[in-house]
Amino acid sequence: MIALLASILAITLRAGTSLIYATIGEIYTERSGILNLGLEGMMLMGAVSAFATVYYTGSLLLALLVAMLTGIILSSIHAFLSITMRANQVVSGLSITLFGTGFASFLGQRLGPESNGHYLIGLIGNKFTPVKIPFLSDLPVLGALFNQDILTYIVYLIIPAAWFFMYKTRAGLNLRAVGESPQTADAMGINVFKVRYIYTILGGTLVALGGAHLSLSYAPGWTDNITGGRGWIVIALVIFSMWNPSRAIWGALLFGGINAIQFRLQATGTTISAPLLNMLPYIVTIVVLVLMTWVETMNKKVGAPAALAVPYMRGEK
Amino acid sequence: MRLVFEKRNSVSKKAIILVPVVSFLVSLILTGILLIIFRTNPFVTYASMFVGAFGSWINFTETLVKAIPLMLTGIGVGLAFRLRFWNIGAEGQLVFGGVAATWVALFWSNFLPPFLVLPTAILMGIIAGALWAGIPAFLKVYLKVDETLVSLMLNYVAILTAQGLYYGAWIDPNGMGFPGTKLFPKAAWLPRFSGRAHVGLFIAILLGLVMWVVLNRTKWGFEVKMSGHNPRAARVMGVNIGKTIITAILVSGAFSGMAGAFEVTAISHRLQQGLAIGYGYTAIIVAWMAQLNPIASLFVAVLMAGLLVGGDQVQMMMGLPAAMGIVLQGMILFPMLAGSLFTDYRLKIITKSTKEEAV
Repeated sequence: MIALLASILAITLRAGTSLIYATIGEIYTERSGILNLGLEGMMLMGAVSAFATVYYTGSLLLALLVAMLTGIILSSIHAFLSITMRANQVVSGLSITLFGTGFASFLGQRLGPESNGHYLIGLIGNKFTPVKIPFLSDLPVLGALFNQDILTYIVYLIIPAAWFFMYKTRAGLNLRAVGESPQTADAMGINVFKVRYIYTILGGTLVALGGAHLSLSYAPGWTDNITGGRGWIVIALVIFSMWNPSRAIWGALLFGGINAIQFRLQATGTTISAPLLNMLPYIVTIVVLVLMTWVETMNKKVGAPAALAVPYMRGEK
Repeated sequence: MRLVFEKRNSVSKKAIILVPVVSFLVSLILTGILLIIFRTNPFVTYASMFVGAFGSWINFTETLVKAIPLMLTGIGVGLAFRLRFWNIGAEGQLVFGGVAATWVALFWSNFLPPFLVLPTAILMGIIAGALWAGIPAFLKVYLKVDETLVSLMLNYVAILTAQGLYYGAWIDPNGMGFPGTKLFPKAAWLPRFSGRAHVGLFIAILLGLVMWVVLNRTKWGFEVKMSGHNPRAARVMGVNIGKTIITAILVSGAFSGMAGAFEVTAISHRLQQGLAIGYGYTAIIVAWMAQLNPIASLFVAVLMAGLLVGGDQVQMMMGLPAAMGIVLQGMILFPMLAGSLFTDYRLKIITKSTKEEAV
């Protein structure tokens, strides 16, 4: 029983890591008033660029840097379109996802070695492996927390850091001000455009890292659609966490947990059909969304930035 | 001297036509640069894509085969977008339509008179698509739940449902384990007129024209435009926005459901892998590039279908990934979005003299 719990916790954390990176990234982006629906595309691009890099260089660090760069480039496009060009943010984000999905699939068929028909699919590269922390990893059940890869350990640090930055620093205050009321923030002397650019790009960087975790650790290698809709689930997780980085963990654990249970059930053989089991995360997302929206209308205050997805232009009311 | 954007009083007519054309050209150039990076000649690639999609009648019929679902889903998505209802669930609505049509074709054929099988199958497809789209519409109107995520999540649910059926309950017992239902009876086949191009084309074109008339010449169409453009004014004028959203989204889903019913009754003649190949997502590009105009959607759908067929062709002839066509499509929306600023704003050069004038 303890072994089962430990294994579920271990898989939950492994599956949840990419979700937490992306959720915290998107929380920061949305807090500045920019909605980025391009997550699915950015995660896929992060995953494919990271895997291609690690395949040729063997360097995991370089792979992470390349994935981050990919995230920076894609989120800069979104930032330029939605901040400078004041384009519709929903459509701009969708374009990032459509382009990212297509381009990642293109690269997956193009970046591979000639011996594999230029395909990246089916290749094996270097990957992150769990690092045991002495003593702590021997704890019953909770030991699973300390037998993870480095990216998961970084998550333990990022969550409190992201919370502290947002609620306890001047920059975090400015960020929230821009998302709540850009007019007021502007009047206070905050450069609204600059703040929105910074956090849209910072968010994109974290999202791409989440994608990289998939191809470097969770499911090492590259397959088309390796994200399986995680980019979209993250958008629901942002609502679930009420735009607070410290709560990002619960949603990620819930969905990571669903993955873990799927994994266990499939491994042990079950009478529940596989498609039904695979539907679970998507149906749970809808249910969570309905519940959260209901809570929001009951309480009137959950924390959605008031100026979310509203383009800002100086001098317009 | 300074450049500023000034809001136009009315939307620029010239920009409406110019922006999509320029966007397409920009997309060709950007993808061309990409091709050069991958040491491929863009001119040769584009030429073979064009020949592959439009070079002969046979090739053109294949382009039409892909254009039909894009026309229908594009019109449907465009209608939803007019209301600022971000229905990105056309893929799932299409699949669900295909599943419902399959249900009729496989299990009702024995009970229905033969001439009724096909119309019933298509009708059920339409209803299924509408109902599937109805879920996010009802949740949005009555519970204010974000429609983008719900419609998207339902894509996965629909695709997995279809998979569960053709791998499981509906699998052809004589198919040697091949994932797919058995072939539909002939009575459930939608006639083709040339190659694989089927009469769904004429239905799609007709519906595009009808939708244009409905949007521009009827009270309901006016209410849809009004509710999307200026909900406050619409409410003042007594428009029931919730009702407008629900009816419009049911119609939107019906279009995609019909596309799915056509795919199974005219192309595959069975439910199998390959029904969900992204038409519902490309529909977003079709709708946006057509500026949500149903007649323009018909033409844009042919162009986008050409990119898909052309992409398949360069894969066969030049060994380039077929995703090529999708990359080209994906690139189109960026310049489109950047350009949309010019339909609502004009660029004004402020020099000292104009500044004084303004004062």
